[in-house]
Amino acid sequence: MATITINGQEYPLPDDPRTTLLDFLHQHLKLFGAKKGCDHGQCGACTVVVDNERMNACLLLAFQLEGKSVTTIEGIASEEELHPLQKAFVKCDAFQCGFCTSGQICSGVSMMNELQENNPSTVWFEPNYSEQEDIKERMSGNLCRCGAYANIIDAVNIVRQDKEVS
Amino acid sequence: MRPFSVNSLTDGKQLADIGTFESSRFLAGGTNLVDLMKHQIETPQHIIDLSRWDSANNIDETDDYYQIGAMVSNTDLANFAYQRKDLSVLSQALLSGATVQLRNRATTGGNLLQRTRCYYFYDTNQPCNKREPGSGCAALDGFNRIHAVLGTSEHCIASHPSDMAVAMTALDAQVKTINTKGDTRSIPVRELYQLPGDTPHIETVLAEDELIVAVKIPKKKRGTQTYRKVRDRSSYAFALVSVACDLTLKDGVIADISLAFGGVGTQPWHAASAEDFMRNKTASSSLYEQAVDLELNPARGAGGNDFKIPLIKRTAAFVIQQAVEHQMANPGHQGAIHAR
Amino acid sequence: MPASQYDQVTKIGDATDRIDGPLKVQGKARYAGEFEFDAPTLVGVYVGAARSGGTLTKVNTDKAESQPGVKAVLTYHNAPEQRPFAEPEDAMRFGQSRAVLQDTKIRYAGFPVALVVAETLEQARYAASLITHTVESDGPELLENADEAQVTPASLDGGFEPDATCGNIEQALNNTTRLDMTYHTPNQISAAMEPHTTIAYYDGDILHVHTSVQILASAVTCLANTLKLPEDKIRIKSLFVGGGFGSKLGLHNDAVLACLGAIHLKQPVKVALHRRQVFHSAPHRGFSIQKISLSADNAGHINGISHHSAMPMAQDYAFAEATGAVARITYKADAIESRHRVKVVDSPMIDSVRAPGDAIGSLAFESAIDELALHCKIDPVEFRLNNIAPAHPITGKPFSTHHLAECLKKGAEEFGWANRTKNDNGPVKTGYGVALAMRMNMIVPSAAKVTLDSDGQIAVFTDMTDIGTGTYTILSQVVSDFFNTPANAITINLGDSTSPASCGSGGSFGASSSATSVRNACEKLSRQLCEKMGLARGSHQVAVHDGKVIAGEGDTQQVCTLSDLFKDSGVSELEGHGEVEPGESHDEYEQYSCGAHFAEVTVDTITGEVRIKRQHGVFSAGQILNHKTATSQLQGGMVWGASYALLEDLQRDKHHGGFVNCDLAEYHFAVNRDIGDIKVTFIEEPDYKACKLGSKGIGELGITGAGAAIANAISDAVGIRVREFPITPDKVVNALTKQS
Repeated sequence: MATITINGQEYPLPDDPRTTLLDFLHQHLKLFGAKKGCDHGQCGACTVVVDNERMNACLLLAFQLEGKSVTTIEGIASEEELHPLQKAFVKCDAFQCGFCTSGQICSGVSMMNELQENNPSTVWFEPNYSEQEDIKERMSGNLCRCGAYANIIDAVNIVRQDKEVS
Repeated sequence: MRPFSVNSLTDGKQLADIGTFESSRFLAGGTNLVDLMKHQIETPQHIIDLSRWDSANNIDETDDYYQIGAMVSNTDLANFAYQRKDLSVLSQALLSGATVQLRNRATTGGNLLQRTRCYYFYDTNQPCNKREPGSGCAALDGFNRIHAVLGTSEHCIASHPSDMAVAMTALDAQVKTINTKGDTRSIPVRELYQLPGDTPHIETVLAEDELIVAVKIPKKKRGTQTYRKVRDRSSYAFALVSVACDLTLKDGVIADISLAFGGVGTQPWHAASAEDFMRNKTASSSLYEQAVDLELNPARGAGGNDFKIPLIKRTAAFVIQQAVEHQMANPGHQGAIHAR
Repeated sequence: MPASQYDQVTKIGDATDRIDGPLKVQGKARYAGEFEFDAPTLVGVYVGAARSGGTLTKVNTDKAESQPGVKAVLTYHNAPEQRPFAEPEDAMRFGQSRAVLQDTKIRYAGFPVALVVAETLEQARYAASLITHTVESDGPELLENADEAQVTPASLDGGFEPDATCGNIEQALNNTTRLDMTYHTPNQISAAMEPHTTIAYYDGDILHVHTSVQILASAVTCLANTLKLPEDKIRIKSLFVGGGFGSKLGLHNDAVLACLGAIHLKQPVKVALHRRQVFHSAPHRGFSIQKISLSADNAGHINGISHHSAMPMAQDYAFAEATGAVARITYKADAIESRHRVKVVDSPMIDSVRAPGDAIGSLAFESAIDELALHCKIDPVEFRLNNIAPAHPITGKPFSTHHLAECLKKGAEEFGWANRTKNDNGPVKTGYGVALAMRMNMIVPSAAKVTLDSDGQIAVFTDMTDIGTGTYTILSQVVSDFFNTPANAITINLGDSTSPASCGSGGSFGASSSATSVRNACEKLSRQLCEKMGLARGSHQVAVHDGKVIAGEGDTQQVCTLSDLFKDSGVSELEGHGEVEPGESHDEYEQYSCGAHFAEVTVDTITGEVRIKRQHGVFSAGQILNHKTATSQLQGGMVWGASYALLEDLQRDKHHGGFVNCDLAEYHFAVNRDIGDIKVTFIEEPDYKACKLGSKGIGELGITGAGAAIANAISDAVGIRVREFPITPDKVVNALTKQS
């Protein structure tokens, strides 16, 4: 049977090949953490991590993900403790309405890995670029209409600084 | 989304086994096709799924060329190109497009074939010759700020949205394909696209059963490379206009130049007339301006997009000027002007 | 909503973390579309009309009906009967009928013509795509130029008169420094991240509705009026709202259609607007044409202010913004004339978007004031300081408090206005701008209930909503502060229509109004506790913690354990009801929150691209209830201001009358990288004329003036003035070309 692993648990794929990963999470698994803000890859609210890469769940047809491992906001941390970025989001007030937050956090967690791996960004081609500008660019795939952008960057910064210290 | 059946392809050579291609589409990353299928703009009854086509995920390198598998993601290609000074313009173009989420999923083959962002193409209630041949073009007398000024026809003024394809055009890449009979061929990216004419629904020279296998980029010593994208937002926005340029200066003379424009054409625009005009001439600002003017001579605005003509001219002239200055200061330079 | 995990007392003003924060960062906060009833939820997808201003002549649903999984297709032929749209006339606009699928009248492009209900989204969406329809229309009636706007609206949003004057405007403007300017501001959409979504279930007696709405009480009235049901048979919940910004003040097509499907099928039905549908189904801010004439004397004192506004008004929906409000209140002048005219057009609903009137007015007016300052060759900060009105310039009524000049001075100091420098090298130029903000403060009737049980648990019940504003958190602080009770003993229950009716969220009145009602409820509860403890009349403030009720301090302190108190009372909990109404001080004083914005931008003179380096706002809004959430909200407003000035532009097609760029790829609002460093400072002084807690509205203050500061910075950078917002690269290049 064709299966997909979500947050460490294996599930059979949906029968209808038209089902996107996002609708599969919502309709079949009742996992509502990833949000539908646009359904067309234009807002980032549905961002999940597929085999260590962040993607828009709304544009992934679930049948294409056979054998893949998906992490949603529900699986980003252990049962017992929030992920450091989740804690930092609360501390820095990096959200208001909360609807983009799951996507921001999944995106932010992936982004920190990408920085670690030295993946380039468009900012690297600009004169006198700053690391802050780089992080803003990398987080620009997640729209936030409440305008919590500055606090989102603050939250990422404190997690990165803590990591550097430890 | 119309119901569809699925075949999975694990090798390009399997194409012959699949048989009929009526109302079928190749599905790679899906970042554009799934979007269009949800809108009922693309309505395939059959999907040939490429996600298990592992051999198309490789990037191969010989002395003469780079060969990028059709399924290589935009992220992987950008990372690869970033490491190579002769592919800088490609890395710049890829990283200026979309978002990390989309680039992680979008593929090299798919990016070349992505479809226009024309508002009326996306609104299935409105006439669009590209979506529904013969229905008319609502953009001509509608809101057409994002539309093309080059290569347009009275039937369609939709612009091509890709950044990557503009860089591929500048790099003179070739597209390798295979069809159901097992025939293969190579097509220069500069000849891949078709002008809309009176058949705007036909966008490329590819046959319905023809699949992009890889993109080959010739290896050669290149010069100063720039991809300059002008857009409303500082990120996550399609180009209003963009310029891809690779320029080599020798003794004050433009020894070699590749120039391509994005956002202004119905296809990634190879500025061949401008290149020819500048090649082997002494660099000067009046030279670039004349060259770009020559390229833009056939450009026609439709009202809302008139601004693109002066905007591309300013941007292109500036990009060339910058490259010339950089070459003067750094003879033999290859790569981006600024890179970490 | 579970109680906070924080085991300490939180005071009003403390910068505490949001109590709903842990839920939101784990994806566990439940929004409207995420609830389940006992029966499986069906999915509804509607088809919108292809064009506006016409009649539906044909709708063919045959193919859709025969699709697998389809349970019903509703059109005006078979939809449950409703009260006609916009009835009853005397209900407020959020309580009137929002009938759909009733007749062949197409109110706007995208107006529902059919609803498909199926077992899955995939089935419903495909079936909906098979429905064909025809709209016959002579073309939409639009507003093309200012002269066409001839209708004087009966009143303006916020209760302003459409026209206001003082002094002799002709004489005042008859001056050598006179400037005549025409500004254009674009259509704007709230585009909250959560598309409007409703799940409805009719159990044969009660209609249960989970929906995303800012004000619950009027939403119940709306559904009762629309569906011809008694209000007590409708229960609405809206526990978390994924952003509102005005677009969820009332209910929209998702709510009515989900209810129609649920009533028709007696099964739960979910309707979530597709993002494209949000642009048409939810209201937007109309564009404006603002003709502004200003003059000043040689010393830089403003002589005349004339502000004429032309805007579209949607048919059957009498909403008009007070575009000129800021022109009437900010500066003193010998004469002021403010006039609003509209034209009724075929349009989707035009209604409040964050800071109606002031966002739109300040964008143009504070730009125009800058033009005047430059024209007078006076520093724009100094020019504004010289002209700030000490009282209402037209009525002479005093302000309750007014710290506009202090905001400006403090902002200039913190921003480094006097030392601003330009070290530009190359084609990218730096510029600095300033603008002022004035936003009317309101109290709206609101009610709440506070209960205490024998375990010392305190619960608040009100149908108030938290749309990202921090309501859960500040109400918890109000209670914790009053009773000296740790936050983890306090539960805040919002967003349920069975709770006492609140003001809801909107107009920046939510925090002050609902917090005051909760505070009043605490006082009532406290009085009861005093009575039970047999305390003397007049004492009414007690503390509740560690299982005890404590009255007074020191020698006179009296302590009673909750178990003793409840043992004798024979009830399991005590409750206090609190209400608030606007007081007399609202008639006697002008009540405004205010602020000053500063911005630094760069402008690329080759490409016309504008990038924001930093924004700095200094605000006076009375007592701040929570410094953390207030700062966030003001920052958010400033982001909106930046986005409004530079990016947002909802375009209509003149032929079909619908919006063109209706997705989030082509309707641009700011992304993370668009926003530079952003800083908020408060000048904090409680204004007890505003309300008992001394607080004033902040939700709409941040956007007011923020965009103009950026526009002024652009002008400073490259010496051009773009009077048509948003200031996109094409317009900058065009202006630069004309300049040279």
